[in-house]
Amino acid sequence: SSNEHKLNFKKSKEACLSYIQDALLQKQWKRAAEFLTCYVESLEKDYSREHIGPSEMIWRIGTEILWHHSQSSMKEFNCFMEQMKTLGVKRYLKVCLEHVFHLLCNGQIDEAYQNLSLAESWRFGEQTAIQDKEMKLIQAYRGLLDYCSWSKQKNILLEHGEDGFADLAVEQEMHGYFRKAAVNLKEIIKIPGVWDVFVKCYVDLLEFYGDHNEARQVLNEYAYNSKFPANPNAHVYLYQFLKRQGESKKSLISALKILHDIVPSHELMIDFNTMLQKSKKRKKRRLGLEVIFAALDYAGWKENAKAWSCLARQVKQIVISEKHLDWIKQEWNSRKDWWPAFHFSRYLAKRNWQENKSLSYEKALVAGILLGKDCKYFKYVSHQGCKAQLKRFRMLKKFVTRHNPVYLRISG
Amino acid sequence: RDFNERCAQCSEVNWGLTDGGRFYCRSCHNVTERTREVVNTDFITNSRVQSISKGLKKQEKTDGGCEWYICEGFQLVLKKQVEALEALGVCPQMKDEILCNFWRCYLQKSKQAYCKRPAGETVKALSVCESSTDVDSDPERPSLLHLLSLSESEGDLQTDCSFASSLSKVSESTSVYSGSVDGSLYLMKNQKEKLRMTMPMTLSFCYMALLWVREPITLSELLRFVVEGHIPYLNVFQHFPEKMKLCGLDLKIFCVESWPVYEEVFNKMHELAAFLDLPRFPDITENCFLHPDMLCMKYLMEANLPDELHNWTCRVVKKIGIGEVDFLTLMPGNKSTRKVKYDVLAAAVIVVVLKLLFLLDDHYEWLLSEFAEERNKNNTEVCMFYSGGPYFEFKKWYEVVKHSLDVEQKKLDEERAKYLWRCEKPLFYSVKNKSKVLKRRQMVVNLQNQFGKLSGSVQRAEKPNPSSFQLRWSEENTDGSCFHGHSLKGILQEKYGLLTAMNPDYWLCTVKLCNEKLCGHLAHYREVEFPQSYHFVLGLFSFLLRIQPSYIHDEVCMIEHKLFNKKLCKKLKYNTVLRK
Repeated sequence: SSNEHKLNFKKSKEACLSYIQDALLQKQWKRAAEFLTCYVESLEKDYSREHIGPSEMIWRIGTEILWHHSQSSMKEFNCFMEQMKTLGVKRYLKVCLEHVFHLLCNGQIDEAYQNLSLAESWRFGEQTAIQDKEMKLIQAYRGLLDYCSWSKQKNILLEHGEDGFADLAVEQEMHGYFRKAAVNLKEIIKIPGVWDVFVKCYVDLLEFYGDHNEARQVLNEYAYNSKFPANPNAHVYLYQFLKRQGESKKSLISALKILHDIVPSHELMIDFNTMLQKSKKRKKRRLGLEVIFAALDYAGWKENAKAWSCLARQVKQIVISEKHLDWIKQEWNSRKDWWPAFHFSRYLAKRNWQENKSLSYEKALVAGILLGKDCKYFKYVSHQGCKAQLKRFRMLKKFVTRHNPVYLRISG
Repeated sequence: RDFNERCAQCSEVNWGLTDGGRFYCRSCHNVTERTREVVNTDFITNSRVQSISKGLKKQEKTDGGCEWYICEGFQLVLKKQVEALEALGVCPQMKDEILCNFWRCYLQKSKQAYCKRPAGETVKALSVCESSTDVDSDPERPSLLHLLSLSESEGDLQTDCSFASSLSKVSESTSVYSGSVDGSLYLMKNQKEKLRMTMPMTLSFCYMALLWVREPITLSELLRFVVEGHIPYLNVFQHFPEKMKLCGLDLKIFCVESWPVYEEVFNKMHELAAFLDLPRFPDITENCFLHPDMLCMKYLMEANLPDELHNWTCRVVKKIGIGEVDFLTLMPGNKSTRKVKYDVLAAAVIVVVLKLLFLLDDHYEWLLSEFAEERNKNNTEVCMFYSGGPYFEFKKWYEVVKHSLDVEQKKLDEERAKYLWRCEKPLFYSVKNKSKVLKRRQMVVNLQNQFGKLSGSVQRAEKPNPSSFQLRWSEENTDGSCFHGHSLKGILQEKYGLLTAMNPDYWLCTVKLCNEKLCGHLAHYREVEFPQSYHFVLGLFSFLLRIQPSYIHDEVCMIEHKLFNKKLCKKLKYNTVLRK
């Protein structure tokens, strides 16, 4: 119909936006700027029916262009941001916050702090209440910067301490920053969310001033409160704290259990397995095996000699004791179809041998047990090892050959 | 008075104006005694033209504005437009004689001027640009929102939303206002029977005048010139004098946010011609630019097709009688004849000719092209020179034209996306949002400067000079990209002394024509149902004329049905291929 062809303001600006989008995706900043220049007159129209209005578009697009364009300066960028702040009062705090992020990325910590303070003092009728969340974030980031200042003062103090100076002024300042930071950081982590950096800093402060109980409570909340989104880091922080505090293995293990469930490929799985292997409880040892197998399912662990040595140690121990071979069988059951190609190919045998003999040793042990002495991997590596007259490889060969029937029982 | 009277001496209806303001007959130069009050086409003060009802505010307002009526605004618009046309080379009579008289006639017929105002109509609208606190709570006065929803302006000004919402906060009983005296009245009444003036209609006026004078500008060209900025349209109001304050509902009337569509301008023009009781327009004869033979020649050149095709277009034109004076000349008020779209018609003729010669079924034309290619390879240059140019190869033509077309289309698309709709003159609905508007404008200008600098060396180029041809092909090019001189002999044959196409087949676009009055079209074009070559050819002319391919398709159907009338009447239930 004729109306489709009709070019009007709205269609023309829609087309303009799609050209801007293309240019942005292709990092053609000049071209994007060219089309944005034509788009800005949309500000003079009312788009209250649209989901995202032109002022927000211009803010976001303009930010991208000015940030990346070679001829743009920080001064221009700041000037633009100030203009954007006046454009939409409903977005004021958001724009402030993003501006602060950019300043931080550019290393302008002081300017960022000033902006945060300014934003904190902003009041605008009912908008203040509506933008409460953004305000909390602003306060949180200011708290963060206060923490940085505290940290700096602390380091100065420590240095002076070594020299024997007792710098009272510095100490006072430090405590001042602590108070400011603590107040804001405490507030934000009450709200369900992902606040890794805030939590870490807050805990650091608490620990320094000896408030371990509060620290423990904060970390527990962060990790276990179901209102908060599942966050592997929460468990990591808790674990690290408990470790620092010298907690029992039992509590350390329980801290890592959930981490294993969420992120089986987490680097702490090695620690976890090590603790579990040594446990007297059968269940824990069983879990340890599960944990290490699960970690090695991930491509990122393929060449991790430490992980393989954990698995090798545990497998060896099970084989020697001749107890709980069924554990290995259970774990191997779901893996026997793809682990051979994934870990134990002849190509990998060659490569591992060339690059990392320890790795190949550990893997060969595992391969020999799981796949038998005639498997490609074991054959190649042990042959090479014996050829090179390395003692442990000779021992390895003997061990695997002796326990070959195990393989039959596992695979059968 | 109208000027339809026959000349006492020669009985012709062909009037002109002398310098003294008297009518004279152009055919026999008989000067009459009748004079016309010379109306200054500039800004007219109100007292002469209208009777004003009591209770209106005093003339000179405190902000330096004065009272003005909507039709005066339109008069200014028309003046600007016709001056632009003059600058393009149109004859000067168009302004002072033709358009002027059309406009006056319109004012008279629509009872906006030159007549006694009918008793019932009192212009009570208040122009309250300075004071919006006037609480004149008249329950009969229509509410603002009601007015806004009534008017069927073609481009929905999205500021309506903010306008309405900002106003609803002010007061329920705020009087509707505009800078003009009768702005609200203008939008309010259903003035269909009086043919209310709109911005697109100004172009209808222009086109009507152009047609009367038989200027070599087609409607599609006129509209293209408008879009390219050679003829004021989009922000003409910025040329209104300072005293004419534009605000409120005036904006809805004068500020358009979409380009006029061919159909709309075309149909309105015919409505207008009938409304003004115009006589038969000056004849469109074979020598006229608008005659299909002439237009075909132009479009053939522009489409880079061989000149030889012109013989064929003339033959088709002749055969179906669309070159007849009576067919082509506009007779206002005659509802039985189909209105002629000269440009679309000519383009459609070319399409039909191409179908006749090349079939365009996505097979045959490529086959013919291969033959031509073979022959061209074998021929020496001397041979070609004597036999009048190389054999026309459809494939080569397609490649060359498609490439250029793609380039131009891409440019056009980008231009459309970069179009700037606003102008320096700020528009505000009320004094209350004036400061907001000005602030916004300032920000827009700042941002334009900031990002304009970052655009690199690309500066907005000066408006290119208006030109009649969008695609140009030169025979001097040695790369063989110009096909004007190519020969059709490879696809023609002689039969009974007549040159006919070798192609024996033809496919109809549609077997049955729709009823245009019912569904608005003669046929319905869907790209997937037709061969790609046909679609390409339609696309080419669609680009040149800046209209939808379906309009050209309609005309093609019409021509085909005239051409194959006899065969169609003999019955053809199925969509089969006809033998010529």
